[in-house]
Amino acid sequence: MSKVTFPRMGESWRTFKMLMEDLGNEVVVPPRPSKRTLDLGVRYSPEFACFPLKILMGTYLECIELGADMIVTTGGVGPCRAGEYAMLHQKILRDLGHNIKMIVFEPPRFYPINFIRNVWALNKARVSIRGIIAHIKRAWRKLQALDNVEKLSHVIRPRELKSGNTSRVYREGLQWIDQAYSTSQIIEAEAAALAALKDIPQDPHRMVLRVGIVGEIYVLLEPASNLEIEETLGNLGVEVEKSMFLTGWTRDNTWKETTEGMTVKEAAASYLPELIGGHGRDSIGNTILCAKRGFDGMIQLAPFTCIPEIVARTILPRVSRDYDIPVLTFFLDEQTGKAGMSTRLEAFTDLMRRKKIQQTRTSLLTS
Amino acid sequence: MTIKVGIPGSLLYYLYYPMWRTFFNELGVQVVTSGVTTKNILDQGTREALADACVPIKLFYGHVMDIKDRVDYLYIPRVVCLNGKTVYCPKFLGLPDMIRYSIEKVPPIIDVRMDTRQGRFALLKAYLEIGRILGSPKILVIRAYLKSVGILYRYNRLLRKGWSPVQAMNFLENQVGGTAFADSTKPSLKFAVLGYPYAIYDSFISVNLIDKLRKYGVRVITAENIHPALLALQRNCSLPKRLFWTLSDRALKAAHLLFNQHRIDAVLHLTAFGCGPDSLLNKLIEMEAKKHSDIPFMTLMIDEQTGEAGMNTRLEAFVDMVRRKKEALACQK
Repeated sequence: MSKVTFPRMGESWRTFKMLMEDLGNEVVVPPRPSKRTLDLGVRYSPEFACFPLKILMGTYLECIELGADMIVTTGGVGPCRAGEYAMLHQKILRDLGHNIKMIVFEPPRFYPINFIRNVWALNKARVSIRGIIAHIKRAWRKLQALDNVEKLSHVIRPRELKSGNTSRVYREGLQWIDQAYSTSQIIEAEAAALAALKDIPQDPHRMVLRVGIVGEIYVLLEPASNLEIEETLGNLGVEVEKSMFLTGWTRDNTWKETTEGMTVKEAAASYLPELIGGHGRDSIGNTILCAKRGFDGMIQLAPFTCIPEIVARTILPRVSRDYDIPVLTFFLDEQTGKAGMSTRLEAFTDLMRRKKIQQTRTSLLTS
Repeated sequence: MTIKVGIPGSLLYYLYYPMWRTFFNELGVQVVTSGVTTKNILDQGTREALADACVPIKLFYGHVMDIKDRVDYLYIPRVVCLNGKTVYCPKFLGLPDMIRYSIEKVPPIIDVRMDTRQGRFALLKAYLEIGRILGSPKILVIRAYLKSVGILYRYNRLLRKGWSPVQAMNFLENQVGGTAFADSTKPSLKFAVLGYPYAIYDSFISVNLIDKLRKYGVRVITAENIHPALLALQRNCSLPKRLFWTLSDRALKAAHLLFNQHRIDAVLHLTAFGCGPDSLLNKLIEMEAKKHSDIPFMTLMIDEQTGEAGMNTRLEAFVDMVRRKKEALACQK
């Protein structure tokens, strides 16, 4: 029987593992990207391919060592390079002599037959159609639970009294959700995790900055690729709101566009009316929306040589000036070091804090 | 006073400039271009553009900086898709916005959207829109459009004959320069040079690659010399999915065709530092080259620091090796 694996993106692997096992597959859980993953990935990938391709390349190679011979991943319709990556990965892996099978999910809105065929190929237990739908629904609920808990952890972390509490409780909560199987169990685990996070002793008087994170989805969602930027920021007293989660993105790209997606598009329209692939337009739209909601600053995360984010990065300074919101960009690659990033983040938070204090002072004086 | 429209001399300039120039001239609009790339243009571009952008984009910035104070409008169309299938690189799609929001004091930009997937007359509509912006009557615009399409056809035919874009543009503009180029010695080798027109034909950024090869007695074939129908016959080059980007797709198809025809002695891929689509394209061409181990393949990377000497050495060495191999094979037979 073939062993299935899939790309790792944050904590979402817990859901995919459950779903794959429900359909009767043996799953190789992709290990968390490490130094070795990167080394492997960089060795076999084109030099100027973006960071996600290299990490995934390394992850796949590590999974193959663990015995995987079938990879489930997503495709795309361009113009972002990521849409071609599944094909390139397969070519490179075959070239290295690994005879793996790739199952590539294209957007079902445009390729319904591809979707059905893929599900059929993965459905080893021959679950009925109704059963598949129920499994997907349950997996979806779990994904939402994981996202919700993560969102709350970003709010609690900057306010915690004892540093490190939130991360510990968050990890415990993930375990609970991971162990939950039926829908009611998932809801219960989610509620328990949320309650445990809320119970963490907090400092109500601390000045907390609010920062939005925009950028390319993979480096946004995989902590190993963005060097745990949310945790670093949280420990600096910054509440983080990520513009993108897997649930929101999946909804936008599978069935129909959500109102949130439309608002982002509209907000960006005056700066970038064209869809340029990837998340370039979302980065601009979300920056504008966050500025309107009174955020203190924005951070853009992008893989090195990411085309859409370079376009966005070129336009963002203007947005930053027009809406008076500071924007800091990180181009991430295998050379990015945690210390350098921390220094830049510290300086950025210091500047934002000073700006905020000055603003409150002037508003006190004028009122 | 006539209106002056500026067309920066980079990127799509090498593919569509004769067409655009004819179109604007027919409307009674003066066209200003930045001409060939110089050191100054490159330096200006490097200063203005984002450091992470690729060299062609930096060059484009330089060309815009060069002409922006001399024109009333800048013509930077948002070319999305011209063949109903493949699109252009995302940087092309966001180009007008990048220029508008990152350069100070740019004149108004004519950024009509050209996307043939929207209907049969999408291109004509786009040109009518340009005419509306410039205040020309519709009938004049349609006539200008038809004439410019004719010029584009002639231009592409000249390119297929092996003329360089600069020569062809010159010929179409002034009707001078009859012969394509004078080959002093009979070329003994035939190389394919693949890559994007704005890199290969820009003699400054490519460090005169094509002329150098000719000097070494090498005949050069580029993707522009091949008939589009032949390229279309390559279909997806035995890939499960075609490349999304028009120019990359064309280069890959050319590579596939030339490798399989076996009529060339070597393949050179010219790529720009930081080019996104090329990271895939280069790997795919490399894999194609692996299947044909008798045809040598080399990748040349250019950036804003490329030096003449380094390029010369690599090219000379490569040409010598290919020539020696060919002579050795001829002796064996």
